Amino acid sequence: MTFAHPGGIDCDIHPAVPSLAALLPYLDEHWREQVIVRGMDELASISYPANAPLTARPDWKPARGPAGADLARVQREALDAFGSRMAICNCLYGVQLLFSEDMAAAFARAINDWMAREWLDREPRLRASIVIAPQSVERAVDEIERCAADPRFVQVLLLVMGDQPLGKRHYWPIYAAAERRGLAIGIHAGSAYHNPPTPVGWPSYYTEDYVAQALAFQSQLTSLVCEGVFNRYPALKVVLLESGFTWLPAHLWRLTKYWRGLRMEIPWVDRAPSDIVRSNVRLSLQPVDGPPDRDSLLRLFDHLQSDDLLLFSTDYPHWQFDGTEAIPDGLPDSLVRKIMVDNPLATYPRLAPRLAQVKETAE
Amino acid sequence: MNVQTRPTDAPAAASKLAIADGDIHPARKTTAEFFPWLAKRWQDELAGIGQRFRQPYQQGPAYPKSQPNASRRDAVPPDGHKQGSDLAFMQAQHLDPNNVALGILNPLGAGQGLQNPDFCAAMCAAANHWQIEYWTGRDARLKGSILVSYEDGPTAAAEIRKWAGNPNFAQVLMLSRTGEPMGNRRYWPIYEAAAEAALPLGVHAFGYGGQPITSTGYPSYYIEEMTGHSQCCQAGLSSMVIEGVFARFPALRLVMIEAGFAWAPSLAWRLDKTWRRLKQETPHLTRAPSEYIRDHVWWTTQPMEEPEPREHLLDTIGWIGWDRLIFATDYPHWDFDDPATALPLRLSKEQRDAFFIGNAKKVYGVA
Repeated sequence: MTFAHPGGIDCDIHPAVPSLAALLPYLDEHWREQVIVRGMDELASISYPANAPLTARPDWKPARGPAGADLARVQREALDAFGSRMAICNCLYGVQLLFSEDMAAAFARAINDWMAREWLDREPRLRASIVIAPQSVERAVDEIERCAADPRFVQVLLLVMGDQPLGKRHYWPIYAAAERRGLAIGIHAGSAYHNPPTPVGWPSYYTEDYVAQALAFQSQLTSLVCEGVFNRYPALKVVLLESGFTWLPAHLWRLTKYWRGLRMEIPWVDRAPSDIVRSNVRLSLQPVDGPPDRDSLLRLFDHLQSDDLLLFSTDYPHWQFDGTEAIPDGLPDSLVRKIMVDNPLATYPRLAPRLAQVKETAE
Repeated sequence: MNVQTRPTDAPAAASKLAIADGDIHPARKTTAEFFPWLAKRWQDELAGIGQRFRQPYQQGPAYPKSQPNASRRDAVPPDGHKQGSDLAFMQAQHLDPNNVALGILNPLGAGQGLQNPDFCAAMCAAANHWQIEYWTGRDARLKGSILVSYEDGPTAAAEIRKWAGNPNFAQVLMLSRTGEPMGNRRYWPIYEAAAEAALPLGVHAFGYGGQPITSTGYPSYYIEEMTGHSQCCQAGLSSMVIEGVFARFPALRLVMIEAGFAWAPSLAWRLDKTWRRLKQETPHLTRAPSEYIRDHVWWTTQPMEEPEPREHLLDTIGWIGWDRLIFATDYPHWDFDDPATALPLRLSKEQRDAFFIGNAKKVYGVA
């Protein structure tokens, strides 16, 4: 099966840390010893149970160990199969879940160094997000500054559920650093589980947990807009990753209606939330939580009222679609082109030089 | 959403089509209105320890409302008591001029959510008597909601059975911000009793579950709390479906009140997609989540989403079903949706009748 739209930029793939042991060479002596002496377990988050069907597509699942841990398979299955010219690695190893900010910062740093050595150095089509531990904003900013020197890092990665809503002023130094260094802020599905994963408590089933990720994205969008993050950092791009996007129109209708009624509470928000989202927020394509029929899906795209919002993603190795059917049927070619290439380039300024280089070589 | 600052000249009711209002908030002038049905022990509790909810202040919310009592400034009755506390004034300001033929009462702040479960049950029971004495017994257009102490399932079920068949009540009322997701088994006795009594279960936004209004902690602003009720209701509805409440109680009907409705299609699509992938986890579901939602759930309309262009809402209502929405104003609250301006779209007569009154009559079993 060939993919009908090669040459795209895949904005959400998940190379996996094969085991905690793989990070040991990237930890300093103190933390290496802690891991061994304390018999630490893997930091794989319960957001993606190892053997749940959603976590790894059957044909992308190795006989042993986590899917996405093997470079050759990622090259073949995530890059070659879709003809992607580049892909952005969002590593989901659960450092954001730890309660010790020292330990979390040490592991975040190790992941970024591991990512640069084991993946970026070995496959020129790969780019990556800087994993930070927002448990300490100060250390997170240090890590952003440290990694930003490497142009292959194009984004800062946060989880959609943490300790506080992400619009809170507490987190603003992270946005200042990202804006200053030309990095997008990527907010990915997943929880630190420092709060219950729904606003009414802990659900019984994993199905509810995964469905509720979309609700958390809605809450974060509300927070980022209402706190005025985009007034303060107008050049900042926030990318919602593995968020679903079909909820966006209805959420903006509601938020914009309340903004009309309650803007006296947040007078710094001087544009309608729907306008702010169109200029500063982007969403990855997968999963497409869409209606079953093509006509309804097209109407839903019409409700988005912009062709600039969506960024191509496969969400590899998560099982969101079969074969290479990453793009919903029936979208106009011009929109597909924007989703595949133009929108990612406009969102991630750090991707452009590499693309120019590829083009020159081709010419 | 209209922030009313002064009374408008209302056209004569006769010129308007009759409507149903699925969300009216009656208030009491003083708590003494409850005393005929409240044991001395609980009157003493009110005077002594007072009302304690899972929220920080003795009076008032931690997110101050946008207006006193979150109510229209023009809705204060002539005697100066709380907005919504005077039937004659409610009739003159809302029921008569808007030609409300069926009004569903959802008393808030009447005891639901009290931390002491016995106190909560006693207040709810008193509020139920009070609705008949002060409201439904005096205006036949109004129907009450059976308030239940929903964190205590068996006690709540007993309160439902006590009133089952009483024509003053049209539904059972819970608040959306429950202590645990609504599908949790601790709440099942309520659903069993409501289904048995053939009463819809109304779930009104707000409440005192004690969890942050987002799954990532407490936000800063009232606007975030208000917007967040939609996420709470989506989580509650997901829980009802996935935990198998509708599979277990096929006669149960659910009315989601005051959380908007435009989020429903996307939620149903996501539930279906996720359920298909993770089906092994929920063998108790024999149908797709969207099918349970299509058959068991209604929504009141306020605060009605306002896309630009407004026509987008026609797609959304089409996806939900024109037979599923119940018009509501939220009188006397500040974000009142005016029936004259709430849905500025060209509708067929059938659509208009269903939306403004027909669906409510069917759900609530009113001729």
